[in-house]
Amino acid sequence: MSETAAATAPAAAPAQPVRPPPRKKPERILGLPPDRLSDNHIWTRRDFFSLSGWGLILGALATGGIAFLRFMFPRVLFEPDPTFKAGFPSDYPPGTVSEKYIAAQRVWIVHMPEGLIALSAICTHLGCTPRWLSGESKFKCPCHGSGFTKDGINYEGPAPRPLERWRIGLAEDGQILVDKSKKYLSEKGEWGQPGSYLPV
Amino acid sequence: MADEPKPQAPGEESKLDQVKREVAQSQVWKSAFRHGYADTGRNRQLMILGNIWLHLHPPKMRRHAVRVKFTWCMGGITFLLFLVTLVTGVVLMFYYRPTGEYAYLDLKYLMHDVPFGAIVRNMHRWAAHAMVITVMLHMFRVFMTGSYKPPREFNWVIGVLLITFTLLLSFTGYLLPWDQLAIWAITVASNMARATPLLGHEGPFAAQLGIGSRYDARSLMLAGTIVAPATLLRFYVLHCIVVPIVAALLMIVHFWRIRKDGGISGPL
Repeated sequence: MSETAAATAPAAAPAQPVRPPPRKKPERILGLPPDRLSDNHIWTRRDFFSLSGWGLILGALATGGIAFLRFMFPRVLFEPDPTFKAGFPSDYPPGTVSEKYIAAQRVWIVHMPEGLIALSAICTHLGCTPRWLSGESKFKCPCHGSGFTKDGINYEGPAPRPLERWRIGLAEDGQILVDKSKKYLSEKGEWGQPGSYLPV
Repeated sequence: MADEPKPQAPGEESKLDQVKREVAQSQVWKSAFRHGYADTGRNRQLMILGNIWLHLHPPKMRRHAVRVKFTWCMGGITFLLFLVTLVTGVVLMFYYRPTGEYAYLDLKYLMHDVPFGAIVRNMHRWAAHAMVITVMLHMFRVFMTGSYKPPREFNWVIGVLLITFTLLLSFTGYLLPWDQLAIWAITVASNMARATPLLGHEGPFAAQLGIGSRYDARSLMLAGTIVAPATLLRFYVLHCIVVPIVAALLMIVHFWRIRKDGGISGPL
């Protein structure tokens, strides 16, 4: 601009270019360097719209992502009922091991001194089904020879931990209700908890 | 053409050459192929660079780069096997229905009744097995030749992701026959996800976070608490859509980075 002005007035004395006094640089505000600041605002308009735009995009993506994650957990599952009714407590005399629900549910109902327990017939070694040997009063796994006492404690063979117990309780009609969605583990000290046995 | 057997007098043009010239000069042809076949170094580079299918390739190869002794061609063979599974997989999709009622029946149908069904299914299966082996050999070769070192370290990371997705393709494909082997294999494998820290209901911190078997990493994978038809559909979508697309995108980056990082194998 100043050059054109000088060109139109060639006769004038070579004027000193008039410069405004150097403006005092503003100090850093909120960590932003001075050249990112306009005179009166923390953010320039461009900064504001840029951050708003990215915020909207990332917010929309995050919302969609969370919604998709929830979408992948359906509310209703079409799976077999994990609970079953196992008759009345009086059907199981003290000290007996019932194999009545082995074929259908893979569960023994054992009448222990403290009450009835629902013992899972899944070997804790590799998942075979042990057999109840009433003569020796033990559960014996045919696959690799793991042996368990009547209350499910492993004492021989490769099984690393006791058999698992399912939740056992009473239904409204007085029948025994076994829930295979909740298990009680001996190694976690859960066998004494209410639900792990049914006092008779 | 240069390799025309009979030399022709100048000005004389056979009928075939005339047709070729007219086709090559038509607008339709030129809109697709921007460069002629002039066999010069520059033109050959332009041919590669200007072609959407070939531009991932380097326009020039070093002599040592194509020595089979050095590369074993394992990356190329892996890609070929991926293409085999891609084509045969799409063909299988014309018959296979990923539902509890039909999946196993459709497999039997493909194996025993559909013409060429057995060979297509077996090509898919064996190419998938072979791909796992060749991708491991490729990784071994890259490691032994030191081809993971800078500036190729980023491409090594892409390669690690690719071997992971190759295994995920095998894992998700394992369930699709919907026979006893498939169901119990996925049951055993998904049981490992129970113990995922923070995400599995039998893993560390599950009790503190209140994670149950209904909402954890395993139920996300299985669409429930057991391997069920819902699991089959989920694995089918992952196997046919999600994992192949991610793997293909990673492959594009992988091949492109080979060129950007100084070419295949060899010293820089």
